Amino acid sequence: MNENITEVKNPVLSIQDLSIAYDKGGKYAVKNVSVDVKRDAITAIMGPSGCGKSTLLRAINRMHELYPNIVTEGKIMLNDEDVYGMSTIKLRRKIGMVFQRPNPFPTMSIADNVIAGYKLNGIRLKKSEKEEIVETSLRDVALWDEVRESLFKKGTFLSGGQQQRLCIARALAFKPDVILLDEPTSALDPVATARVEDLLVELKKNYTIVLVTHNMSQAARISDNAMFMYLGELVEYDKTKTMFTNPKDPRTEGYLTGKFG
Amino acid sequence: MKVTTIRDNSNARNTKNNIFLGVVIFFSLLTVLPIILIVGELVVKGIGQINLSFFTEIAPDTLQAMVAKANGETIPGGIANGITGSLLIVALAAVIAIPFGIITGVYLYETPGKRYSNLIRDIADVLQGVPSIVLGLIVYLWVVKHITHSYSALAGSVSLAIMMLPLIIRSTEETLKMIPGTLKEAAVALGVPYHKIILRVLIPSSFSGLLTGILISISRILGETAPLMLTTLGNPRINWDITHPTSAVPLLIWQFYNDPNMVELIWSSSLFLMGFVLTLNIISKRISAKHSIN
Repeated sequence: MNENITEVKNPVLSIQDLSIAYDKGGKYAVKNVSVDVKRDAITAIMGPSGCGKSTLLRAINRMHELYPNIVTEGKIMLNDEDVYGMSTIKLRRKIGMVFQRPNPFPTMSIADNVIAGYKLNGIRLKKSEKEEIVETSLRDVALWDEVRESLFKKGTFLSGGQQQRLCIARALAFKPDVILLDEPTSALDPVATARVEDLLVELKKNYTIVLVTHNMSQAARISDNAMFMYLGELVEYDKTKTMFTNPKDPRTEGYLTGKFG
Repeated sequence: MKVTTIRDNSNARNTKNNIFLGVVIFFSLLTVLPIILIVGELVVKGIGQINLSFFTEIAPDTLQAMVAKANGETIPGGIANGITGSLLIVALAAVIAIPFGIITGVYLYETPGKRYSNLIRDIADVLQGVPSIVLGLIVYLWVVKHITHSYSALAGSVSLAIMMLPLIIRSTEETLKMIPGTLKEAAVALGVPYHKIILRVLIPSSFSGLLTGILISISRILGETAPLMLTTLGNPRINWDITHPTSAVPLLIWQFYNDPNMVELIWSSSLFLMGFVLTLNIISKRISAKHSIN
């Protein structure tokens, strides 16, 4: 069924025949998914609720292992290194993640939130390194000019959109290979959404971005490649333009034209 | 055409409203009245005894009190042995109860619905209902008889720590439940190991809630008398040795009550104890109002 997959040369991520069930012997939430993710591009994962898109995303940095009975089959290679053979600490430094709701640490200042990954893992930084990471990460998310005066105030005083960009900065602080975003704009207003989308387009110059979205027009606006998932299966994976103009599978067409979803 | 007029009964409704409001205010005043009367009575009867030496000197013996009374003077001495004893016992109880309570609370929060954690939660609830004098008896058997071989501050602290435990456990669990799960996810996604997530994300984020729980449990045990009678006994002098009998403010109140020459001291000691507990309560309210998340 995966004959539609676009050929990706030198992929960052290569998901190979991945299946995930939340219980041993239970229903598969993700079924036999094989995908190569293109470097320095935005890949969107679309599909109706419960299709397994979030599970697939979380499998990439092994967040799905938080569920105690999870069963994972198959392989994910990050730059030819097996994700499931790596320590999660190392893996999650290489693959950053941003969530649906902005979740800055309420006890930390804006600056400390940016370097939270270092702080919480007990990695010591020199003052100059700290300042440099904070500034470049905040500049990368176009937040620097807005918060440079208030770096040592609590991050929770920012607006929702600013908090979400702060969370992206926190993910960028480790200079990851891949950034995973799980519906990052669904809790934001349209203006803040537009800013985050612009930012993602800017970031893809240097980072590989995998984005789960409910919002088809968002996928059409900013993604280069798109996957369509349905009931745990990867139905179609193609260039976003091709998928939206000329979907090969009737289920994709049905979803994109609003027949279900 | 028949004209229907709408009867204007707003006056009658307003009157009813006002009567009802009056009744509500009257009954709520009635509920707070005892508190006002208690505080008022303590202040009126006790304030005359409170001076610097009340805090710095130990309790008088009955002869001193009798002489002072016969001469129409205020009773000399203070309750310094009780204050220091209470501080020692309560501090030690907190040191014992806080780590156990918080760790258990974190465990209950981390494993909801598991049979073992439900069991622990139920036991903690039962523990809260155990009469304090029974705890005193048990600790008497455990600590006084077998560990310190005499009445001791340590024994008192253990009994009070057991009383604090269920309060701290439940308040820790409830506080942690209020933290959004997304915060934990954020830390997990940064590759932070489990123990550091608890120590450096969950506990700091819920710090004010934990502190409130601790202060409330301390104010709850400050006035405990029964278990202390069986465990610390009392001491006419200031004592800082946790293996020796020690006094405490509530024990002194009981002692004064039983000595006809020192009855006057009940009021000042009670005023002090009440003031201390009220202050702790007010502080914990302030903290939880100031630092509540969201």
